[in-house]
Amino acid sequence: MIVSKNEIANLLTQLAETYRVIAPVKKDGMLQYAAIKNGEQACLDDANTKKPGKEILFPQSEELFNYTISAEGIRMQDNVDKEATVVFGMRPCDVKSLVLLDNVFQNDQYTDVYYLTRRANTIIVGLGCAQPAATCFCSSVGCGPFAKEGSDIFLTDLGEAYVIEGISDKGKELLAKLSLAEAGAEQKAAAAKLQAEVTADGSINIEGLAEKLGGMFEHPFWESLHEKCIGCGACTYLCPTCHCFDIADEAKDCDGCRVRNWDACMFPLFTLHGSGHNPRTGGKARWRQRLMHKFNYFVDRYNATACVGCGRCIKNCPVNLDIRQALADVRALD
Amino acid sequence: MRNPYLPLPMKLVKNFTETSDKLIHTFTLEYLNEQDAESFQYEPGQFAELMVYGKGEAPFGIASSPTEKGILKFSVAKVGVVSNALHMLEEGTIVGVRGPLGNSYPLEQLKGKSLTIIGGGFAFTTLRSTIQYILDPANRGDYGDLTVIYGARNPGLLLYKDELAAWDARSDINLITTIDREVEGWNGRVGFIPTVTKEVAPKTDYAIICGPPVMIKFTMPVLVECGFTPDRIIMSLENRMKCGIGMCGRCNVGSKYVCKDGPVFTKAQLDQLPNEY
Repeated sequence: MIVSKNEIANLLTQLAETYRVIAPVKKDGMLQYAAIKNGEQACLDDANTKKPGKEILFPQSEELFNYTISAEGIRMQDNVDKEATVVFGMRPCDVKSLVLLDNVFQNDQYTDVYYLTRRANTIIVGLGCAQPAATCFCSSVGCGPFAKEGSDIFLTDLGEAYVIEGISDKGKELLAKLSLAEAGAEQKAAAAKLQAEVTADGSINIEGLAEKLGGMFEHPFWESLHEKCIGCGACTYLCPTCHCFDIADEAKDCDGCRVRNWDACMFPLFTLHGSGHNPRTGGKARWRQRLMHKFNYFVDRYNATACVGCGRCIKNCPVNLDIRQALADVRALD
Repeated sequence: MRNPYLPLPMKLVKNFTETSDKLIHTFTLEYLNEQDAESFQYEPGQFAELMVYGKGEAPFGIASSPTEKGILKFSVAKVGVVSNALHMLEEGTIVGVRGPLGNSYPLEQLKGKSLTIIGGGFAFTTLRSTIQYILDPANRGDYGDLTVIYGARNPGLLLYKDELAAWDARSDINLITTIDREVEGWNGRVGFIPTVTKEVAPKTDYAIICGPPVMIKFTMPVLVECGFTPDRIIMSLENRMKCGIGMCGRCNVGSKYVCKDGPVFTKAQLDQLPNEY
């Protein structure tokens, strides 16, 4: 199917009548995901959002439940978000990150109802990247500018119009309701050509990396890797696959709530015991944890690399640490 | 879909000052709803998140044994926000409990085996659960000889003093208590756990050991000397935790989460993991 760019706003406005539509918008000087009512607000032509798409299913700060204490007892109210949602224009790296996070938020014993309920009620419309940025390396980590894994519907930008493909049943069902024009053979061919030809930096070879890292916990390599790092945690907050969180209670008088907030392995408090003991005392141990978690522990647990190559950690690091270089350095070691 | 983050309500029926320094209290809780008593099925070695409404929750090993019906017990040191609030609670207060969480001591696998249990300081809570479980008339016949070595800095810091006296009077458990330095009126042993373990030289099929890192470090070689192979030394780890269900990411040792894959590991398993706990 096909939609011309000047019809996109109308399409989104129409969708917003039935669904909560979340799309990239320009707000507070940056590109970020937000719920929109008017399709004109969506900004699909710019590069990737500042914050990763994980925040749609796993918000930076989220109230899990609240409670009121009274003479009669305690009343609890669970805040599971069930609103039917369409995420429009998510880049393939962010879409892939949700596929990875699915592993985390549902394990053999437990289901994170907050994440999973949102997930089940969300349709993801992926948007291919015709012009990957210099920091993008999705093609190195099993993703790519036109990777469709995780998208329910996929858009390919032809300049004047988007070629629209239904990928999952959920996506095809939605498309069937929209009465869009069929794409012509020429347009289909142009989309296929883009999808086949555009790649991001694919020069980082992660094959065999997990095994190599597995034997490297005590390696002197870690001694110097972290030296530049100031432990700000920006890399983890902006990483679409980082899923660590903190849980805390907030209360005033008789009303309280439990919130969860993103947290980061780059902070010393993250692992500090009540006794004062800390298993990860310094930057060396914390950088090792970050790299190992993505490229070894996650692989060991879920058989997938926890990096989608979005490049946010590279773009936003205040001291220019580059995870691509760290990986290349690991590879170059004997 | 069951929500693993929601606590069930329990009533604090006893807030007992356990140690002479008053820093450890034992909390006895009763279920408010009968069906919760049915559904909260746990094994010795598991833990739970204990919640003070308005303050938050923190993970603690369950000190009661599943054989003690209708209640849960936790012995908690006064350390942070939640534990300080717990210590101040009046009996009758409603608290929240989320669990049971984590794996347990392999009591099924230990059936028919003799066992040495070694504990130090206040890391004796899930060990109490285990001992209580084994000593229950319904279970005692399933296990062989039981030796318990338990040490604290001084007699006042030993937990469960009445129970220790009762166990000492029994013939089906060999209880050895020890303190760090001689104190007037103390009839037990004097010396650190590694030294006392060496003196006792336990010869059982399995050992379970729980205590501060320094105690573990020096007792481990003694156990090896006594002939325990790494797969027969069972330990319980404690890492900072939040979710308790393997998602929040902070308690990992290598690719294992202490909250979900543990907290109980054999030394053989830990020998395969990075030394980061």
